[in-house]
Amino acid sequence: MEKTETLEYTYKDFASDQEVRWCPGCGDYAILKSVQKVMPEVGIRKEDVVFVSGIGCSSRFPYYMDTYGFHSIHGRAPALATGVKLANPSLSVWQITGDGDALAIGGNHFIHAIRRNVDLNILLFNNRIYGLTKGQFSPTTDLGQKTKSSPQGTIDNPFNPGELVIGASGHFFARVADTNPKLMQAVFKEAAKHSGTSIVEIMQNCVIFNDKVYANYTAKENRADHIITIEHGKPMLFGANNEKGLVLRGFKLEAVTLGENGITEEDILVHDAYEEDNTVHMMLAKLKMPIVNGVIRAYKDDTFEMRLKKQVEEIERTSKFKSVNDLFTSGETWEIK
Amino acid sequence: MGTTAVQELDKVVIKFAGDSGDGMQLTGTQFTGTSALLGNDIATFPDYPAEIRAPQGTVAGVSGFQVHIGQTHIYTPGDQPDVLVAMNAAALKANISEVPRGKTIIIDIDNFKRKDWEKAGFAEDPLESGVLKDYHVIEAPITSLTRKALEGLGLDNKSITRSKNMFALGMVYWMFSRPLDYTERFLKDKFAKKELIYEGNVKALKAGYNYAETIEALSSASTILPADMAPGLYKNIMGNEATAWGFLAAAEKAGKELFLGSYPITPASEILHEISKHKHFGAKAFQAEDEIAGITSAIGAAFAGDLAITTTSGPGLALKGEALGLAVMTELPLVVVDVQRGGPSTGLPTKTEQSDLMQALYGRNGESPVIVVAAKSPAHCFDMAFMASKLALEHVTPVVLLTDGYVANGSQPWRIKQVEDLDDIVPHEASKNMMNWQPYERDTASLARYMVYPGMAGYEHRIGGLEKDHITGNISYDPRNHEEMVRIREEKVQRVANYIPDLEVQGEESGELLVVGWGGTYGSLTTAINQCQAQGRPVGHAHFSFIKPLPKNTAEVFGRFKKIVVCELNNGQLVNYLRGELPQFDYLQYNKIQGLPFRVAELTEKIADILAGK
Repeated sequence: MEKTETLEYTYKDFASDQEVRWCPGCGDYAILKSVQKVMPEVGIRKEDVVFVSGIGCSSRFPYYMDTYGFHSIHGRAPALATGVKLANPSLSVWQITGDGDALAIGGNHFIHAIRRNVDLNILLFNNRIYGLTKGQFSPTTDLGQKTKSSPQGTIDNPFNPGELVIGASGHFFARVADTNPKLMQAVFKEAAKHSGTSIVEIMQNCVIFNDKVYANYTAKENRADHIITIEHGKPMLFGANNEKGLVLRGFKLEAVTLGENGITEEDILVHDAYEEDNTVHMMLAKLKMPIVNGVIRAYKDDTFEMRLKKQVEEIERTSKFKSVNDLFTSGETWEIK
Repeated sequence: MGTTAVQELDKVVIKFAGDSGDGMQLTGTQFTGTSALLGNDIATFPDYPAEIRAPQGTVAGVSGFQVHIGQTHIYTPGDQPDVLVAMNAAALKANISEVPRGKTIIIDIDNFKRKDWEKAGFAEDPLESGVLKDYHVIEAPITSLTRKALEGLGLDNKSITRSKNMFALGMVYWMFSRPLDYTERFLKDKFAKKELIYEGNVKALKAGYNYAETIEALSSASTILPADMAPGLYKNIMGNEATAWGFLAAAEKAGKELFLGSYPITPASEILHEISKHKHFGAKAFQAEDEIAGITSAIGAAFAGDLAITTTSGPGLALKGEALGLAVMTELPLVVVDVQRGGPSTGLPTKTEQSDLMQALYGRNGESPVIVVAAKSPAHCFDMAFMASKLALEHVTPVVLLTDGYVANGSQPWRIKQVEDLDDIVPHEASKNMMNWQPYERDTASLARYMVYPGMAGYEHRIGGLEKDHITGNISYDPRNHEEMVRIREEKVQRVANYIPDLEVQGEESGELLVVGWGGTYGSLTTAINQCQAQGRPVGHAHFSFIKPLPKNTAEVFGRFKKIVVCELNNGQLVNYLRGELPQFDYLQYNKIQGLPFRVAELTEKIADILAGK
């Protein structure tokens, strides 16, 4: 088959012939559509795209993309995706995961993928519940929430994925709600562009087992005041008319209203996503009201693959052994005639 | 060589033992290298303490290195030493029970003071108590003589004391008529930037050599003439190193990059170390965060087109089980190396055992067949790593290669191979002109599917751990399709029997008794069978390197003998597998589960008993 020019793709080229089997009304549909819409704009031929997943509702995702795909085992997708990328660094490797897959059974692989900074794009569908196993609490379920396996309410503290990612020395973290396709597409594009491990947490609604878990943020009447969408280089403003903003008071972020107590736009923090120091990024990731959406951190550094390539070139230059045969005949040898 | 007549010996086993800081591994490898260059056949085995730095002077801290050299073929590092070099009382305590009476023990008398032998756990002074009375004991003040020899050289005390291993080596060099030049060259290289240390070491080496001559350490110096080895260029190789090299050769032969995903574990880590050195051969060594990431990263690399391997030991294989099932289900080429050690659980990390066979065969959920092969000696690790890669790539299926701590850490001469001498490896891949390729369409002979890799336009497809349609690879819960796929995956592995060598028999081709073994016990069994044959006890020996599937002629070989005894370093794993696969035969079994290899004497005794109808 001829190689297709990337610009000629439409989102339909990325839809496989498989029937999509998520529950009607699941947030995953909107995410799938957004990913399919972004792919033609990422500028990569579809044969060079690989979607890897673990286990869970979200992990069915690769079957629905007409690219290369690998539906693997629970929690292990970051390691598998790392192997794919290291075997062929020219591929665009995406990992689809959920809050159970990434943060419970796969927590170890998740933090180490982040630490290494292999160029992977990881989309974390966070619905704060186990869907596929029918309704047990997950590592992101709110403290005290009653679920099938916590009939008296959970007693374990939840993870905040952003805090975990940045704490694991993550270079790229973004958050977006499944109700905002435009922002999803913008953020996915940023994640694809970022060289290194990028994590996008998607606030995803599970209609069956955790319906309306994000309604306090995403319901039409709450959105403007309860979500702040930030952009690099711009002041952190929110509210229906951008009348509110974030300021730094001591060691805390605080939401303020312009014009009240002498606050002007000058006082509002300007977002620097590219800053190496992650202190403010951590505060943004942890803020609960308003919750921060958009690209919170996008610090650029060498990737694992780049460092590996450098090492290989260095060994090529310095090694006594130019071929495997050289190696085999190296050291002390003796001949029997 | 002095004036003493030199006596020719057929073979000799020497064990160097001392505190873990005494440099015994180095001493042993030097003696090995020198003997190899003289044309002897050799086999070695190191014996490290499990602790990195156990308390000095205690039995727990004793480090040993055993070397067996001969002018006849050598298959094992030797049952028991003919010469023990004990650098301190603990080294004597740890090893004396292994040394047969009448043999030679060299002791560094300077480290046998009361506090030394007490620390070593002797109740009485071993030099007085009579424990040494049946031995030829050479009491040499090695430490003090080394000090004296290096006096005035300007070396610090510590460096002087550390040179005493060279003094001991010099003594043994004289006793077995070895030249010093190999070690002198080595020292020059090692201490190229430390001239004084180099001089000190060489001085100690020569002082030891001269001292042994002066005291006539043996009634006469001995020598071992060159062995009758097949012509060719040789080098001494360790099992783990040979395994790593086999993979490097396979990747080159297959035209692929090598990907190793691995997590450090004793006794397998040296494979990771070795491959890490050679990244410029297109060999990517990835130290993963755990065993599971080791194998899953390799599975990802296999999917993307590399020759993918993961290396581990028993506990690690247990962790990799689920992922190995994924490789079975998706049908990807993958090699898993298990360098077996004593188990279960953490078990005996530095000791050898063959107790992971059942785990390799069956240790996964579902019907999950993999090819299982085993290496029988250090140099054979090269061949089996190469073969495992070839089978994985050509049959598109995971392969488990079993070695063990004994084979992995042992060394023997390896007739050097060059890549062009090796068999071709032709990965089973879809060709560009294949019409209507489907992910699970198969070769009709081997049942291998045709691989394509990300990057190939028009072949985009999805695979995964769910059961899949037998052609398209799409998810399928169809009951009949599942049964068909289970049978196909098993049959694909069974058909590998059409591509592997027949089982060979050494010794008697038929008759009273067939001794069966597998993997790392090859050396002990071969030596035992040779001895039995020489003593007029007719017996055959069949040794499995291919376990699943079994070689096609296995039943025919077994049928030629009246009795079959299966000898293993476990509680009976191959024997029970054979009872299931070939139930028409009766099997006797002989098992040892002490973390130690078989002794030849144990085996010959067992064989004699069976032949005598006991």
